[in-house]
Amino acid sequence: MGEEVKLFRTWSSPFALRIVWALKIKGIEYETVFEDLSNKSPLLLQYNPVHKKVPILVHNGRPIAESLVILEYIDETWKQGPLLPKDPYERAMARFWAKFGDDKVLTSIWSVFIKQGKEQEEALVATMENLKFLEEEMKGKKFFGGERIGYVDLALGCLANLISIFEEIVGLKIVDEEKLPLFYSWMQNFAEAPIIRDNWPPRDKMIVKFQALLDAAIASSSSS
Amino acid sequence: MAEEVKLFGSWASPYTSRVKVVLKLKGIEYENVEEDLSNKSPLLLKYNPIHKKVPVFLHHGKPIAESLIIIEYIDETWKHNPILPIDPYDRAMARFWAKFIDEKIQPAVWKTLLAGENEREAAIEEAHQLLKTLERELNGKKFFGGESLGFLDVAGNVVVWLEVSQEALGMNLLDKEKFPILHEWCQRVLDDDAFKQVMPPKEKLLAFTRARFEAFLGPK
Repeated sequence: MGEEVKLFRTWSSPFALRIVWALKIKGIEYETVFEDLSNKSPLLLQYNPVHKKVPILVHNGRPIAESLVILEYIDETWKQGPLLPKDPYERAMARFWAKFGDDKVLTSIWSVFIKQGKEQEEALVATMENLKFLEEEMKGKKFFGGERIGYVDLALGCLANLISIFEEIVGLKIVDEEKLPLFYSWMQNFAEAPIIRDNWPPRDKMIVKFQALLDAAIASSSSS
Repeated sequence: MAEEVKLFGSWASPYTSRVKVVLKLKGIEYENVEEDLSNKSPLLLKYNPIHKKVPVFLHHGKPIAESLIIIEYIDETWKHNPILPIDPYDRAMARFWAKFIDEKIQPAVWKTLLAGENEREAAIEEAHQLLKTLERELNGKKFFGGESLGFLDVAGNVVVWLEVSQEALGMNLLDKEKFPILHEWCQRVLDDDAFKQVMPPKEKLLAFTRARFEAFLGPK
């Protein structure tokens, strides 16, 4: 039985990485289509006309966009290696934390990276508050999913790589091992886990990319 | 066996209303705890320490926040009268469009309210484009969920509330000439039994909306 699974992604998109991890954890065969976002393919625009972004999962010709929506679809379609817990309350908590990650955690960490001066200071304070909630959630667990990597780990997972890249570029400590010991350990455990460790985008390329983004942001804010 | 089901909410919150509609559609008995959002109860802050918002759903003493997450929990716990579609692809589409409503349409509507003179036209145009995109998804159906209210219709209640309350803001963002299909869908939703029982009275909503946005709208 052939199933056609395609993933439209870029080499660096952290949201697309969520899908790569999910597909590999479940052992699903798929074809990768790399996109250049400065020159989006007609197929990308056809499959995601609303947002024109990656990742897009196309399963038997039917496209799905938005990484967390895609993760749930994958989990409901391929039942091996479940990402979400079975219990409805645990599932609700997993969805809550993933949304918190996207809405608050990733945004505050991005602000720490891209902003300067007072805005950066405020973003650091917000980040600390947000990460403290995650620290609390990690008590007694190796991963957010428990013994195994789950939905929340995949949702937050890009941080296990991005935070150290941002810290290197801006020369600021975002996650202090002493202040956030459990979150810090989670970042190590996740980054080095099988499958995850084999699929990080090349670090040197990431440093170049994000340095360029920061330079552009500084240039545009000082010229206004 | 009595199940402890409580909903912390506000009558003026469309997000609270989403959960109430689903509880009504499934015939689930619950205790309604009305919060004064200018004076949040210690219980609310205990149950939702991160966001400190309504709605918060409590089942067997365990709290859940975020309206769409609550609805998915309710759907998975009380399996009769399913709110989400059965097919995984249809479920993905429902979740995608609900996200679109909350993350694109809602902020765009706010932007038109808060925009200064110079930015208002552009903000309105953007909101119109987004509403048009949503309207196309109805695609000849009675409701987004098909023959009856589904997850996306419930999530779309913010659009219905906009239609009802926009006159209090001196706006006609959801112009029925521009959006005839969306307008008809709003009427069908407002006419639905469960929705009707949960929707606050129009005059009350208009008065609240007017008062709330007085600060932003300034003297007229």
